[in-house]
Amino acid sequence: MADIAVNRDALAKGAAATTADAGARAARTASTSRRDRRDGWFFLVPYLLLFTVFVIAPAGFGLWISLHDYDYTLPEKPFVGLENYSGLISGDSPFAAPFWQAMQGTAIFTIASVPLLLVLPLGVALIMNAKFRGRNFFRALFFAPYVLGVAVVAVLWRYLLDTNIGLINHYLGDAIPWLTQENTAWASLVGVTVWWTLGFNAVIYLAALQDISPELYEAARMDGANRWQQFVNVTLPGLRPVLLFVTSVTIIASVNMFGQSYLMTQGGPGTETRTAIYQIAETGLTSFNSGLASAMSLIFSVFLALVSIAVFFAFRERDDGSRRRRRPTSGEARGR
Amino acid sequence: MTTMETDRRGGVAADEAGNGRTRPLAKVVAYAALAVLSLLFISPLLYMLATSFKTTADAASPVPQWIPADPSLQAYETVLNTDGTPVVRWLVNSFASATLQTLLILVTASMAAYALARIEFRGRGVVFAIIIATLFVPPVILLIPNYLIVGRLGWLDTLLAVVVPGAAGAFGVFFLRQFFLGLPKELEEAAFLDGATRWRTFRSIVLPLSKPALVTLALLSFLTNWNDFLWPVYVLFSPENQTLPAGLSTLQNANAVRYDLLMAGAVIASAPVLLLYVLAQRYIVEGVGRAGLKG
Repeated sequence: MADIAVNRDALAKGAAATTADAGARAARTASTSRRDRRDGWFFLVPYLLLFTVFVIAPAGFGLWISLHDYDYTLPEKPFVGLENYSGLISGDSPFAAPFWQAMQGTAIFTIASVPLLLVLPLGVALIMNAKFRGRNFFRALFFAPYVLGVAVVAVLWRYLLDTNIGLINHYLGDAIPWLTQENTAWASLVGVTVWWTLGFNAVIYLAALQDISPELYEAARMDGANRWQQFVNVTLPGLRPVLLFVTSVTIIASVNMFGQSYLMTQGGPGTETRTAIYQIAETGLTSFNSGLASAMSLIFSVFLALVSIAVFFAFRERDDGSRRRRRPTSGEARGR
Repeated sequence: MTTMETDRRGGVAADEAGNGRTRPLAKVVAYAALAVLSLLFISPLLYMLATSFKTTADAASPVPQWIPADPSLQAYETVLNTDGTPVVRWLVNSFASATLQTLLILVTASMAAYALARIEFRGRGVVFAIIIATLFVPPVILLIPNYLIVGRLGWLDTLLAVVVPGAAGAFGVFFLRQFFLGLPKELEEAAFLDGATRWRTFRSIVLPLSKPALVTLALLSFLTNWNDFLWPVYVLFSPENQTLPAGLSTLQNANAVRYDLLMAGAVIASAPVLLLYVLAQRYIVEGVGRAGLKG
């Protein structure tokens, strides 16, 4: 698919379409290419209008705001250079402490939730990958919470986790302050997020599992591989491309966590469970300190970019390693 | 794809033959695990439903009632008739917002995707590269500036704020372009030779052939907008202008531990999407699964 795309783009770039192909393209005249240009832009314009106003313009505008002491409720918005950034990085800005605490909160949440969201859905997908009656029903069931959205899920779980009348404490026979103490609050936020999004990752895993050729398993069995060896040598390598996708999507979702904290703990106790997004939104949209909030979002994005690069390289290295290990079993089966 | 399908079926048969002895036990274990998991996923939702029909006192009781001892519509009546928390308005707003944004996405993204997939013109490669590049821009970068832009347009606290900016995302264009590239070109070329215009070819050949992709995109867009939380919480401030998720937050602020009311609100917010999900489950779940395979 991607190859085709590249080739066709290359064709478009090589301005003289006639030289690209001798046959059908030779018939193309100057007037068709003029018409193509007109049609092309005609079809693009409605989307490009939206795209320019709400994606390109804000991207540039955000950078510009971050260099100003920008409060839209005030008439003066003086240029301050990199002061917003340096204030946050050096800790001089009054918003620096809450910002870094929120960044730390995001890190805690991400480190706690991502491994669970990579492993548990894989387990569920493996169970569902066996052929049995009602598989589609279970698949739909596990995916259902994701369809509900964060507001419903958070409001529901705040009730179930209520210290005094919550279902969870009733069955535990305890009075654990799930949402009002730092450690338990993080555990609750992570647990609810796993409950909410497990089905999403499981569905992606399941589609990938069903895409692995059964012949590979057969070949592995003929080589005397047991279930575990089959999992390590056939299943995991087969999941590798999708694993990168699931890991990236899960990390991105986790670092962007907002609604769970906003509704379940209100960022508390104190501001312990405020996340970076929460802090940026409050700084920019409640305190109207837009310049500082934009600087925060750019610093946040730099961290996210670093994490993404790290994930990419981690997968690339493992890529080489496992391909070498995998060769003996997959060598016998036909390649895909 | 078809060969894969057959392969898979053949493979399962071989698997059953190969592990004939371990099969029944494995099945029991798998079913047991599934039963426990199902309970974990379904019981909170059932409890939400049960509590929405409880009296205020029963909802606050520390002894759980899975079936309301004194079933009552009181919570719904209160929630639907309180001025500060106009749930019916939120429902209407959510419907309008999700429907309008979905339509906007379908129209603009399908047109753009068609141009990028099928029409050859100078600058197309650059436009496509820029659009794809923005898929990697963290949305939070756009949060503050978009708020200011929407403010300058005079759209704050209006429906336009939750309909228009969200339709500018690149996903729909990318998704449909991939689908269009996979369509056979012959039909379009034939129509073209018969003198049909681009627009006619697009409307009467490409779009009808793309129904599955358009339905999937429509469902995903609708659900995304319906459930969107952060943006509506900050751009819609008047109670009567909120969407359901933002409204639930308002409802929670107004009734901290009135869980009967909160659960009634949550049921109202989830019923439409659950219904849509039941009807279109395959499209949604398989759309998500396929997204992973492409990644």
